[in-house]
Amino acid sequence: MSGAVLGIQMAYWQETLLKLGVGLAAVLLLTGGAVYLYLFKFVSFMQSRLGPMEAGPYGSLQLLAEVGKWLQKEDIFTENADRFIFGLAPAIVLSSTFLMFVVIPAGPSAVIADLGTGIYYVLAMSSLSVLGILMAGWASANKYALLGGLRAAGQLIAYELPLVLAVIGVVIQAGSLNLQDIVAAQSTGSIFGWDGIGSPYILTQFVAFGIFMIAVQAELTQTPFDMPIAESELVAGYQVEYTGIRFLVYFISEFATAVGFAAVASTLFLGGWALPASWGLSNGVMHVVGPLMISTKAILLVGVVFWARFSLPRFREDQLQTLAWKFMIPIALVNIVVTAVLKVAF
Amino acid sequence: MTAITDRQKLQYIAAQAADARVNVELEAEGMTLNIGPQHPATHGTLRIVARLDGEQVIAAEPIPGYMHRGYEKLTEVRTYAQVTALVNRIDWLGSFANEVPFILAAEQLMGVEAPPRAQWIRTLLFEMARISNLILFLGDMAVQLGAVTPAFFAFRDREYVLDQIERVTGGRFHPNFDRIGGLKDDLPQGWLADTKATMDKVRAFCDEIENLLMGAEIFQARTRGVGVIPPDVAQQYGLSGANARASGIDWDLRRDQPNGMVYPELDWKVWTHPDGDSFARFWVRLQETREAANIVEQCCDGVPGGPIMAKVPRIIKVPAGEAYVSTENPLGEMGYYVVSKGDLTPFRVKIRSASFNNVSIAPWILRGVYVPDIITILASLYFILGDIDR
Repeated sequence: MSGAVLGIQMAYWQETLLKLGVGLAAVLLLTGGAVYLYLFKFVSFMQSRLGPMEAGPYGSLQLLAEVGKWLQKEDIFTENADRFIFGLAPAIVLSSTFLMFVVIPAGPSAVIADLGTGIYYVLAMSSLSVLGILMAGWASANKYALLGGLRAAGQLIAYELPLVLAVIGVVIQAGSLNLQDIVAAQSTGSIFGWDGIGSPYILTQFVAFGIFMIAVQAELTQTPFDMPIAESELVAGYQVEYTGIRFLVYFISEFATAVGFAAVASTLFLGGWALPASWGLSNGVMHVVGPLMISTKAILLVGVVFWARFSLPRFREDQLQTLAWKFMIPIALVNIVVTAVLKVAF
Repeated sequence: MTAITDRQKLQYIAAQAADARVNVELEAEGMTLNIGPQHPATHGTLRIVARLDGEQVIAAEPIPGYMHRGYEKLTEVRTYAQVTALVNRIDWLGSFANEVPFILAAEQLMGVEAPPRAQWIRTLLFEMARISNLILFLGDMAVQLGAVTPAFFAFRDREYVLDQIERVTGGRFHPNFDRIGGLKDDLPQGWLADTKATMDKVRAFCDEIENLLMGAEIFQARTRGVGVIPPDVAQQYGLSGANARASGIDWDLRRDQPNGMVYPELDWKVWTHPDGDSFARFWVRLQETREAANIVEQCCDGVPGGPIMAKVPRIIKVPAGEAYVSTENPLGEMGYYVVSKGDLTPFRVKIRSASFNNVSIAPWILRGVYVPDIITILASLYFILGDIDR
C-alpha cells in the first residue's frame, strides 16, 4: 500500500514514519509554545511579575533550560516503591497523551490515521491516563500519592461522562464520528440559509462546548479541579515521589494533553483546520494553512484553560463530584435530547 | 461522621506518632496521615497527625515544638533593651506588634509613661504591622484554597507597607524600634503623607481581594460552614483576636484594654461575624485590614508634636515587681508576664502568644472534616509557627 504526501509518492512505512515524526515535532513544539506563552509569561503578567527574562529574548529559551535541569537530576526511586510500576506509570500517561493526537486532523491529508471512529478513539485514549496515575499513586508507597491517585481516579472517571455526552451532541449534528467529516460538516454548513462562515458547532452546540471545556479542565486536573495534585494539601499528589526525567514526562504529558484536548475542542466546535465556508477545503493551500489554523485555535483554547487555572480557587472533592453528577451530566443529556429532536425536525 | 471522640483515640495517635512510623506503613483500617512538619500548608513546621477514614478525619492532633527557640529562657539573659530584638521574631509577619506589650509591661514596672507623640506613633506602627500581617493572610488563604494569583497581589501590596515601616525603623521585618519610655527615632520627613497614600493602596488591595476571591462561588463553597466554632467553644479554648470575633465574641483588647495606646481617641469599629466558620474568619480579617488602614490614617492626622522619649536612665534597671500586659496583636491576644527582681535582666518572662491557643482548638474542630478542609480550617485559624513555638 502506498500513498501520496503533498503529491510525493512514497511507501506506507515511509509515509507513516514521516507523519509520526512531523506529528511528534508539532505536538512538542505546540506544547512548548503553550508552556512558554501561558505558564511562563501570561501568568506572570496576571500576577504582576515579569516571569523569565534572562534565557533568550524575553525568556523564550527558559523552557530549554528547565528541560536541561530536569534531565540532569537524579532519578530517585523511593525505598518502598514498586520499582517496575513506578517506572512504567509516567510512560503510560505520556503514551495516552500522544495516542490522542493520532486521529486529530491538521489538514486535508495531515492526519496520522483517519479512523472512522475518530472521536470515540480520542476519548478512549485520553481516559487511559487514569491507569498511569493510579499506578503512580499506588506504586509510590506514599500516602499523599495514594490519596492523590485515588482522587484522580474518581475525578477522571466522573468527568469522562460529561465529556462524552458533550461530544454526542456534535456527533448527532455532524452524523459522523470521523473527525475529518466533522470538520467538513462544519465548514460546509449554513446558518439559516446563509453560508458565509459555514456553521462552526460552537454556535449551535454552545452548551456542549461549555460542558466540554469544563470537563477538559477536570480531565487535565487543572485548577479549579486540581485536587489530585493539590499542592497545598497533598503537596503534589501522585507526582510527589517523582524526580528528574520522570517528573518531566508528567509535565510534558500534562501540557501536551492540554494542547490535545484544545485541538479536539477546536476540531469539534471551532471548525478544526478548515477556513470558514469551505474556502479551499480541497485546495492545496490548505496543506499549509490547515495546520496553522488548528494550531492557532488550539493555542487560544489552551489559553482559556490556563486563564481559568490561575483565576479560580480549588473545589473540594465532593463538590467536584456534585458538579459533575448533578449539573453537568443532566445538562449534557438535555442537550443531546434537544439536538436529536432538532436534527429530526429540521 | 464516625463518632470517635474520646481522649484514648488521641492518645493512640500520639503514641503512634512517637513511634515515628506514621508515614511508613498502611494500617488495616483507616490511615494515619502525617501532615508536616514539612508541608506547604503549615506555614513553617507545625505537624498534624490525622487519623483518616477515607478522606474524612476521625481525629487529628497538632504537634508543635519543631521551631521552639526558647525565647522565654533567652530573655532571662538579655537586658530589657535587648529583648525587643529577640521577641521581634515571635510573630515574624507583624514584628513591631510583638515589641509593644513587652515594652508596656516594662514601662508599667518602671512607672514610666511614653510621651504622647511616642504613643501615637506606636499605635500607628502597631496598626501598620497588623496590616502587613493581615495582607499576607488574605493572600495566603487563597493559596491554601488553590488560587495562586491573589498571593502575588498580597506580596506586591504588602511591600508598600513594609517600605513605609522600613523608612521609619530601618528594618522591613524586624524593626526593633520600641524603647522603654518611647521610640528609637522620630518619623522621617514626609513620611506621614506617604503613609496615607499607602493606605489607599491597602484599601484597593482589600477591594481587589473582596472582588477576586471573597465573591467567588468556589471560595464561598469551600469556606462557608467549614470549621464552625461556636462562641462558647471558642472561649473554652481561649481563642482570641479575629478567630474569637468571627465567632461573634465582641472582644477586642484595643478597645477594652488600651493601656499605653491611643485607641480611645480614634474613631474605629470592632468587627464581628456571627457565623464562626472559615468564611467569617476571612471576612473579619478583611474588615480589620480596612479598619487598620482607617486607624493609620487617623493617626497620621493626629500625631502631636513633642518629644518621642520620656526621661529614662541610661542603664535600665527595672524595679522588682510583676506585670502582665497584653495587646490585641494581629494574631490575637499577646501578653508578656514580666517578673523583675531589680536586675538588668528580667527574672522570668512568660509569653502568652495568640497562635498557641488558636491552634489548640485543632483536635476539636478537625474532627469529622475532609482532608481539604483541614487546610482550609488551619489557614483560616491563621497561625504563625514562631508564634506557636516561640
